[in-house]
Amino acid sequence: MTPLGDAQTHPLDAPRFAGPVVQCQNLSVRFGKNWALNDVTAVFPAGAVGLLGPNGAGKSTLLKALLGFIVPEKGTMKVIDMDVATSPLEIRKRIGYMPESDAHIPGMNAVSFVAYCAQLSGLPATDAMQRAHEVLYYVGLGEARYRNIETYSTGMKQRIKLAQAIVHDPDLLFLDEPTNGMDPKGRDEMLELIHDLAHNKNVNLILSSHLLPDVEFTCDHVVVMDKGTVATYGPIKALKGTTGRVYEMRIKGDEQLFISVLRGEGFDVKDSDEDVMRVFVPGAAGDNPKVLFELAARERVQVRHVRPSVPTLEDVFARAVGEK
Amino acid sequence: MPIHAQGYRRYGGTRAGIGRSWQVMTRAGVMSIISKRQFLTLMLLAWAPFVVRAVQIYVSATFQQASFLAPKGETFREFLDQQGAFVFFVTIYVGAGLIANDRRANALQLYLSKPMTSTEYIAGKLAILFFFLVSVTLLPAMMLLLTQAMFAGSLTFVSNNLYLLPAITLFSLAQVLLASTTMLALSSLSKSSRFVAVMYAGLFFFTTALFNALRGITGRSSFAWLSPTAALEQLGDVIFRLPPRYQVPPSIAGLTVLLLIAASLYILSRRVRGVEIVT
Repeated sequence: MTPLGDAQTHPLDAPRFAGPVVQCQNLSVRFGKNWALNDVTAVFPAGAVGLLGPNGAGKSTLLKALLGFIVPEKGTMKVIDMDVATSPLEIRKRIGYMPESDAHIPGMNAVSFVAYCAQLSGLPATDAMQRAHEVLYYVGLGEARYRNIETYSTGMKQRIKLAQAIVHDPDLLFLDEPTNGMDPKGRDEMLELIHDLAHNKNVNLILSSHLLPDVEFTCDHVVVMDKGTVATYGPIKALKGTTGRVYEMRIKGDEQLFISVLRGEGFDVKDSDEDVMRVFVPGAAGDNPKVLFELAARERVQVRHVRPSVPTLEDVFARAVGEK
Repeated sequence: MPIHAQGYRRYGGTRAGIGRSWQVMTRAGVMSIISKRQFLTLMLLAWAPFVVRAVQIYVSATFQQASFLAPKGETFREFLDQQGAFVFFVTIYVGAGLIANDRRANALQLYLSKPMTSTEYIAGKLAILFFFLVSVTLLPAMMLLLTQAMFAGSLTFVSNNLYLLPAITLFSLAQVLLASTTMLALSSLSKSSRFVAVMYAGLFFFTTALFNALRGITGRSSFAWLSPTAALEQLGDVIFRLPPRYQVPPSIAGLTVLLLIAASLYILSRRVRGVEIVT
């Protein structure tokens, strides 16, 4: 039995907005002399899209611009096919936003808070209360729903922020660093919830995070940002499966010299602290590590270990932002 | 069992149109304040002068010997002046935390991520303060006029003093609007409701003290425009067709009140934003 009676519902697989959920064209945002976003052009397809980038890359600024909190210096933005400049309220009616920082409405318990947020999004009072109970169970706060939010732990506050963002059943969710400050177990549960929302509940979402595993676990697409620009974007599988392969390699000999030789041959090399380097061999040649052995032989270094490695989002990210 | 197995359902019910969120805010704000016992005590105290005046009206209407207690036009002006003290306390109690608490809890970004403009947010918060201030000014004053007609058994007094209806309304609204916009603007400047309360009381007492000091030094009351309270009193005298009590033109007093309201609204428009940008 569900916690409360029956609200009017659609089946979970009922169609939501299926086109590109966000489209930015030459978007620039400036704070004083600093360009927080610099000529950003990107398309976020439906589904789960990760907005990835180091701190200060402009991820949160982009989300806030999409919400209409920040007016861009130039450029256009469309969310769910509506122009942010002309239809901000229609857009906000159909999206949910989970902010990065701690945020709640003071003096309320969880169920009142979530129901209140639902009413602010236009739901009638009875439906709002019913859905508040439901989503609080969904995010794992069912037993604590009558407690004042100010007494919640950091993890619980993250969950309540998610609850208020989904209570009105949005077509698109903006999640800004949703696992911030959570313990490992809570973090796994939060990621599982986000994955479930995107893949089983058919909710389109944009997950902003600097944590690659979070994005890799929950999202199908990624937009990598760096220094206010889009470094790369596309389906994670396609980005990871770029022709070529990553090899973990350990050698005996002058490692730095060999790395510079590899780079000279056009390979991406990431050096780790444990004498293991990750070498990306592009193109069809990547299917065979023979080229690495040949180079090692030429440079007279001894290959101690070579193993093909599964490419990770970390490789994609490192390549995109030019990390050495 | 994984958490998400406990269910999430799509919503297929109705949704209200855009532009109604402020009503939700006001309703929730009013209900939350009404539920406080301390506040109910304050409201009971605020209605005590009404009860006293109503008894006076009853006695004057029932007993010839007590006809000296019968209300006059000025009675309503005096009543609203008296209520000024309660306007002060209710403004502080209700208004100090209205925006400050939201700023402390980062709630502005939650509100403004809903289908709601910052103007609606301000309107919703103003309406909460408005509701309570009207219930200690306009409402009891009008009830007093009604009580007079009921106990007298005729509308003679009301028809002889017909100006009282617009005068009570106008003066009450000026009182309420000035107090609520000023308090809300101060509330948007801080994250601490206590600090806001101190700022409001400081503004109230400092300007009054400044005016009184200048009056003491110069022997003239032409500096009444420096004090919003005195400016409002001057305006009230004109509205109630009484001789002005200060030597400041009523237009200047009115301008002071208008400027203060406009400045407060400007501050609110600058401070109520989904994101705070520090450059």
